[in-house]
Amino acid sequence: MQSALNFHRDARAVVGNPVLRAGFRGAMDFLMAKRAAQFPDEGAFAELRAAGEAIRRYSLARLPDLLEQLERNLTANGIRVHWAETPEEACALIIEITAKAGGKLVVKGKSMVSEEVELNHALAGAGIDALESDMGEYIVQLAGERPSHIIMPAIHKTKEEIARLFAEKVPGVDYTDSVDALIQIGRRVLRDKFRETKVGLSGVNVAVAETGTLCLVENEGNGRMCTTVPEVHVAITGIEKVVEKLAHVPPLMTLLTRSATGQAVTTYFNWISGPRRPGELDGPREVHLVLVDNGRSGAYADPRFRATLQCIRCGACMNHCPVYTRIGGHAYGTTYPGPIGKIISPHLLGLEATAPLVTASSLCGACGEVCPVKIPIPDLLIRLRQQSQGNAASPLIPGAGAGRKRLMATAMGLWSRLYGDPGLYRLFAWVATRFRFLAPSRQGAWTDSRAPLKPAARTLGERMADRR
Amino acid sequence: MSTGMPPPRSYPAKPADVYLFGTCVLDLFDPEAGVSAAALLEREGIRVHYPPEQTCCGQPGYTSGFPEEARRVAAAQLSLFPEPWPVVVPSGSCAGMMRLNWPALFADDPQHLPAARAVGERVFELTEFLVHVCGTRLDDRGGSRKVVLHTSCTARREMGTHLTGRALLAQCAGVETAQQAREAECCGFGGTFSVRQPDISAAMAADKAEALEATGAEVLVSADAGCLLNINGTLEKRGSRLRGQHIATFLLGRLEGRS
Ligand code: SF4
Repeated sequence: MQSALNFHRDARAVVGNPVLRAGFRGAMDFLMAKRAAQFPDEGAFAELRAAGEAIRRYSLARLPDLLEQLERNLTANGIRVHWAETPEEACALIIEITAKAGGKLVVKGKSMVSEEVELNHALAGAGIDALESDMGEYIVQLAGERPSHIIMPAIHKTKEEIARLFAEKVPGVDYTDSVDALIQIGRRVLRDKFRETKVGLSGVNVAVAETGTLCLVENEGNGRMCTTVPEVHVAITGIEKVVEKLAHVPPLMTLLTRSATGQAVTTYFNWISGPRRPGELDGPREVHLVLVDNGRSGAYADPRFRATLQCIRCGACMNHCPVYTRIGGHAYGTTYPGPIGKIISPHLLGLEATAPLVTASSLCGACGEVCPVKIPIPDLLIRLRQQSQGNAASPLIPGAGAGRKRLMATAMGLWSRLYGDPGLYRLFAWVATRFRFLAPSRQGAWTDSRAPLKPAARTLGERMADRR
Repeated sequence: MSTGMPPPRSYPAKPADVYLFGTCVLDLFDPEAGVSAAALLEREGIRVHYPPEQTCCGQPGYTSGFPEEARRVAAAQLSLFPEPWPVVVPSGSCAGMMRLNWPALFADDPQHLPAARAVGERVFELTEFLVHVCGTRLDDRGGSRKVVLHTSCTARREMGTHLTGRALLAQCAGVETAQQAREAECCGFGGTFSVRQPDISAAMAADKAEALEATGAEVLVSADAGCLLNINGTLEKRGSRLRGQHIATFLLGRLEGRS
């Protein structure tokens, strides 16, 4: 199971690695600039964002109905709908579909939900190969790693690292660090596999309830290949990805592509509305949709956390996050890194496995400011901290209280007693200022990178009293 | 309110009296800034009242996930501002806590919620108050100085205080304001974040210190006491010559021909 329990150790390793640090910094600067260029007008952005937020909130408010409507209309279109409460159920369903099709290989388009349920691992256990066809995912798979970003899975790798990886792992390939040549190599390998495979897998960006349509945006054309060439197409997504109407798609996709990669539109936009119909020359014979819950309905049921599910997975919050910029995606130890990871992972994995993540924010608000659907990420983090510290009113989320440490709780209790009692506080402040020469030169983690704190000679309260 | 700027607020006419809420950080670590803030307000012909029982807005507990503890501290402030005067706070993130987060903190506490809202609505950050309520005109008597401004993240994003800070500095004829790279990026303070995630916080603070040093500014000014503790501590440990000063101290110094 995924967990963030090594977060401090792994984060420290990246913080101390100047090459990785510079790589992430450069990549995030680039993505931030590209996004900013897409939203030159603040007023227009505010309007679009309000529309995006309204659509997501409206969809969530009607989620149970929309899911039923979606299932009805997908079924009418010939798409088979499967429900998976847990990652294990999702994987078992996909293994079964693949086995029925006689498949030994699943060629995958980009899908973070498939990472979330650890599909590749499960497929391997069932003797089925998985091949990633998104270039970034392919690189990460070759390297035996996980994506470090939800949009740019291989953003942590330099061109030279990728060149070495290809030379080492792809048969018959010599070292080249020409990006074009590397992409051609990848495409050639994948082309053959598309012809060979019986099953293609993809994610879903939005599912439209009234028409029973699955929408998928991508830039490489591999998504189109996965969803049209193999006999069987399996789509997998979270239960929150549904909207009511086709008209809801354009604002969300505009926000998504601009926020994610700074593109006004993606190169490919796939509308999937069913398997091959009689008389049609191509397209899959079977289309399946696996709808994954995995803790989402828990977040949904709690009005304090429902906004978490507004997310359209654009990645802008991580691109703008000063913490992600310093440590990259792997240190989080979870499928979704960055701010969205911090707010969604506790619902997927429980707080026992994710407690270090909820403290890993200065609450600077950069994420909430850029989020295209206005998720109040810092507010949600504060609520998660209450849960993690065991200080929240019910309902509790799984693992509530897991982050509570006696030292912190005691310190907070003392602080509260002291600052909640003016007389006591004045006494304390008097002592702290008069004995300031006793201020220790080592003050825990603070002085690892900072000079010690030293109180002033007299408090502001005293000095203001003198002025009267 | 963590998704960007709330709707623009309407500002009252300049009052005859204000309360000053000095904040816990200024009380212990930078009283000069609080005294300077009072002097700047008095210069506007305003009487400044400093309730002596004040302690802290409760932010450290609130942001760490200890609402009960935070409520206890914040509740102790609620009765200290009985007159309908504005409450001026010389620290952006504390002002934001009182104005924007107190309602959430006391949401399930009907006994204190009305007072928390009523006081919160009267809270103004110092530079915001000077620019928008007082229409301050500064008569700069200082020499020529290159200055760089740092604004706390929440104050910038919730109240736009980077703009009011800049506006005040722009009034100082002798002051040249330097631009730092990635001005809007967090300095890594974040209250308890600085000690709970020390490695990440230190990396952020080091980058901030570097960006500030690279401007060649002689002084760093900020309206945010917490950020200043973090940045000054980092600059000092690095052996940097640059130091941060609270904007109130700096501006008063300019008026008196000192800074
Ligand atoms: S939380 Fe917002 S910014 Fe982050 S990935 Fe989701 S939609 Fe994008």
